[in-house]
Amino acid sequence: MYEFDWTSIPGALPFLWQGMQVSLEITFVAVIFGIVWGTLLAIMRLSSFTVLSWFAAGYVNLFRAVPLVMVLLWFFLIVPHLLESLLGFPRGSDMRLGSAIAGFALFEAAYYSEIIRAGIQSVSKGQMAAASALGMRYGQVMRLVVLPQAFRNMVPLLLTQGIILFQDTSLVYVSALADFFGAAYKVGDRDGRLVEMLLFAGAVYFVICFAASQLVRHYQKKLRTA
Amino acid sequence: MISISQVSKHYGSFQVLTECSTAVKKGDVVVVCGPSGSGKSTLIKCVNGLEPFQQGEIVVNGISVGDPKTDLPKLRSHVGMVFQNFELFPHMTIADNLSIAQVKVLGRKPGEARERGMKLLDRVGLVAQAEKYPGQLSGGQQQRVAIARALSMDPICMLFDEPTSALDPEMVNEVLDVMVELAQEGMTMMCVTHEMGFARKVANRVIFMDLGRIVEDATKEDFFGKPHSERAQQFLSKILQH
Repeated sequence: MYEFDWTSIPGALPFLWQGMQVSLEITFVAVIFGIVWGTLLAIMRLSSFTVLSWFAAGYVNLFRAVPLVMVLLWFFLIVPHLLESLLGFPRGSDMRLGSAIAGFALFEAAYYSEIIRAGIQSVSKGQMAAASALGMRYGQVMRLVVLPQAFRNMVPLLLTQGIILFQDTSLVYVSALADFFGAAYKVGDRDGRLVEMLLFAGAVYFVICFAASQLVRHYQKKLRTA
Repeated sequence: MISISQVSKHYGSFQVLTECSTAVKKGDVVVVCGPSGSGKSTLIKCVNGLEPFQQGEIVVNGISVGDPKTDLPKLRSHVGMVFQNFELFPHMTIADNLSIAQVKVLGRKPGEARERGMKLLDRVGLVAQAEKYPGQLSGGQQQRVAIARALSMDPICMLFDEPTSALDPEMVNEVLDVMVELAQEGMTMMCVTHEMGFARKVANRVIFMDLGRIVEDATKEDFFGKPHSERAQQFLSKILQH
């Protein structure tokens, strides 16, 4: 019978907290860049300029058809070399965090753009006509009338995607970057208590994600009654 | 003010408008009527370029709408339009609905825009609702706000696209009253509507459309007295029966 031994956890908490900060940093930055870039992609996809809409469609389909972990590996392996040779970055500088954030942001933007595209299309055509009829230009119509309504409807979906992204940050272990999961793995491996550490890490992920999705549900209810 | 000549429009092989021609002079109130699917809403949306058309020419205040070089947003900013479904912006208060385009399009100062909005809101009897959201107002109230919003841009003419057909019957009159008042003040208006009472009261001319063509374009007296086309006679006898 396996004997659980949780004693290595309290001492490891500061290190785990550092890892959690890395996970949260990747999540927040990738969500924000993902939404901004995703919005631009959605607008391109819906535009009447064929070149733009083909580019956006190609981008979205490419990123949705490859595994996330592969995109992350590309970024770890290729991007630092590119930056070194193109921009003269010093050889061997640690760009793992930057690469991870860039990989997540570009990958998630593809998913966000599909959510945002549906959100934009959920705003009635009449709203666009009314704004145009008042003399607003396309940019103003989108910024002042269509996007605020679209985002209001989309907030629950965007947050849910953010929760998924938070879970997916654990994939950065492929680069040995010490995010929360990576930190837990390292400590468990060092102390020979991998099972306990991974159970603990799983419990932490569960509590955070479950609490966050309850908040989203609460907000969704409020939105429906408003 | 508005001249429409030989305008045709098709979606693929489906012909929506066929060689429509008419003119609206300054101060005219022109009512456009006809059965559903006759192209009347499409025609009025061509006037401010919300719907593109393939042939013919529409000139508003000396500016050609179909010309690719025309700055359409600028043209639209002084052509007011009121829609069937009101289309107030649901995420803004009534006061903001009235001032946003004044500020963002005409470049007025927020205080000045608000003041102008309030004046117009008072005119349609809804000052008390200024801080509410469109969803809290009745359909009739929303449409009155929509008219005030269009007027806030100091338009040179107004286009109405079935402004009362989405309203409950008891709210139709409050909207028509505002429109009648506007017409009597000399506003140039082109109005797609089935409200024949409104047409009788204030219209100079009535245009009757069927299957994408202007079938009848007559003075109010001629239209109600002795319509030329059989189609217009049938239409009139049907809607005036009750």
